[in-house]
Amino acid sequence: MFSSFMINTWIVATMVAVVAGVVGLFVVMRGSSFAAHALPLGSLPGAAGANLLGINELFGLILFAGLGVIGISRLARRARHDAATALCLVFLLGLGALFLGMSSEYSQGVYALLFGEVLGISTSQIAPVAGMSVISIAAIALMFRPLLLSSVSPELAAARGISSAGMDLAFLTVLAFATSIALPVVGALLVFSLIVGPAAAARSLAARPLGALFLSAGIALITVWAAISLSYVSNWPVGFFVGAIGAVSYAIGRLASRFLQADRAQAAQVPSISTTALPG
Amino acid sequence: MILEPGFFASTPVQIALIVGGGAALVSGVVGVFAVLRGQSFAGHAFADISSSGGAVSFLLGINPLLGFLGMAVIAAGGMELAGARLARERDLVTGIALGAGLGLTALLLYFDVTTRSTTGVAITVMFGSMFSIPASVIPLALAVGGAALAVSAVLYRPLLLASLSPELARVAGVRVRMIGLLQLLVLAFAVALSAVTVGAILSTALLIGPAATALSLTDRPASAIAAAVAIGVGAVWGGILLAYDSFYWTPGHGWPVSFFIVSLVFLFYLLATIQERRRKRRRKAAGCRGGS
Repeated sequence: MFSSFMINTWIVATMVAVVAGVVGLFVVMRGSSFAAHALPLGSLPGAAGANLLGINELFGLILFAGLGVIGISRLARRARHDAATALCLVFLLGLGALFLGMSSEYSQGVYALLFGEVLGISTSQIAPVAGMSVISIAAIALMFRPLLLSSVSPELAAARGISSAGMDLAFLTVLAFATSIALPVVGALLVFSLIVGPAAAARSLAARPLGALFLSAGIALITVWAAISLSYVSNWPVGFFVGAIGAVSYAIGRLASRFLQADRAQAAQVPSISTTALPG
Repeated sequence: MILEPGFFASTPVQIALIVGGGAALVSGVVGVFAVLRGQSFAGHAFADISSSGGAVSFLLGINPLLGFLGMAVIAAGGMELAGARLARERDLVTGIALGAGLGLTALLLYFDVTTRSTTGVAITVMFGSMFSIPASVIPLALAVGGAALAVSAVLYRPLLLASLSPELARVAGVRVRMIGLLQLLVLAFAVALSAVTVGAILSTALLIGPAATALSLTDRPASAIAAAVAIGVGAVWGGILLAYDSFYWTPGHGWPVSFFIVSLVFLFYLLATIQERRRKRRRKAAGCRGGS
C-alpha cells in the first residue's frame, strides 16, 4: 500500500483533502451545495475535450470550471437561482456527451474521470496540484473574515460594504480551482461528497468557525486516507468509499449534535427551573 | 438537407421518438411544479441516485427503466423521511444522499465492467443512448408516463395552491404533506423516464429546462405547462432528427442525441431569458414615462 507507485497518490490525495475540507465548510455555510456539485461535474467535459486534443487534462478542467463559474454567476443573478445552475450544468455535460461520443475508445478514461482513479497519478501532476492547493488556501485565508461574514449574514456584510455578488463570484472561483485539482483523483461525481460530507459533519460538531475549519479538514483527510486504503485492498472504486464515508460521517455528526443539544438543553433547564421556583 | 432518407422507417428512430416524446411530455408537466417548488437540485439528485438503479439493471439484465424507477422512488421516499424543512438543510441532505447514491453507482458500474465486460455501460447509464433503447421498454414507459400524468391531473389544483402558498393551502384544508409526498413520487417517475432516454445526469435538462423557459415566458400555470411540453417535445424530436442527420455529416459516426437535445433546451432557455429581460426593460421604460 505504501510502495513507490502509491507515494504520489498519498501526497496528492492529502493536499486535495485539506483543500476540500477548508472550501467545503464555506460551501455548507453558504448553502451552495448545488453549485459545488455542478462545478466539478460541469468541468468534466473539459478533461474529455483536452484528452481529445491531446493536451493536459488540467487545462481543460480549469477552462470548463471557469465557464461554469461565469454561467452560474451570470444567469443566476435573478430569481430561480437553482434552475439556472441546473441548466448551466446540463449544457456543459451535453458538450461532455459530444466529446465522449467523438472518442469511442475512451470509455475506460470516462469511468476514471467520473468515479476517480488513484493509481494513475504521475510525479508531474504533483507540482501543479501543490501550486493550486496553495493558491486556494491562500485565497480563503485572505478573504476569511469578509467571506465568513457574508456567509453567516449577507445583510450585515452588505451593511459593512461587502458586495454579496462579488463575494459569490470570488468564492465560486476558489471552488472551481479546488474542484479541478480534486477531480482527477476522486472523480467528478464524488468530489462533491468530499467537499460537503466532512464539512457538514464538522459544522454540526464544532461551534466556532475556526474550530470547524480544522475539524472539517481533518475529517476530509481521514475520509480520503480511509477511502484510498480500502480501495487499494478491495480493488473497488475510490468514489464508492468517499461517498459512503461522507454520508456516514454526516449521519454521525447529526446524531452527535442532537445529543450535544439535548445535553445543553438539560443543562440550561436546571437553573431556569430553580430561578422560576424561587420567587414563587 | 433537413430530413435525411429513411428517418421514419428506422425502428430505433421510431422507438426514440415515442419514448423520448413521452418522457418530454411527462417532464414538461412535472417540471413546472418542480421549478415552482424550487426542486431543481432534488430533481437532479433523484436522477443521479437513480443511475445506480440503471447500473443494477445492467448487472441483472432486466428492463433498465425498472432499475431507474426503483431507485428514484426509494430516493423520493428517503427524501420525505429525512424531512428537512429548512431550505439550506434540505440542500445539504439532498447533497449527501446524492453523493452516497453516486458512490453506489460507481461500485455497481465497476461490477458491471468486471463481471460482464461491458465497457460502454458507464456512458450508457450516465449519458444515455437513445437509439439503443430496447423495444421492451415501451409498454412500461407508457404506463409510468400515464400514471404520472394521471396523478398530476388529479392533484393539479391543490398541488398548485400548495406550491404557490403552503399557508393558504393549509387554511383551505389541503393536506400539504400528503400532496408533497405524491408530488415527489411523480417527480421520481418523470426523472426515471427521462434518465432512460437522455441518461441519468442529463435528465435534469428535460425536467428543468423547458419548465424554466416556459415560466419565464408566461405567468399562468396552465399555459406554462403547455409551453413546457411543447418546448420539451420539440427539443427531443429536433435532437433526434439532428442526431440522425449527423450520421451524414461525419460519415459513419453519429453525434450523440443527448448533446443535441440538451443544446436545444439550453438555446430555448437563453432566448427566453433575453426576451424576458427586454420585456422588463421596456415595461420599466414605459413606467418611467408614465410617472413623469
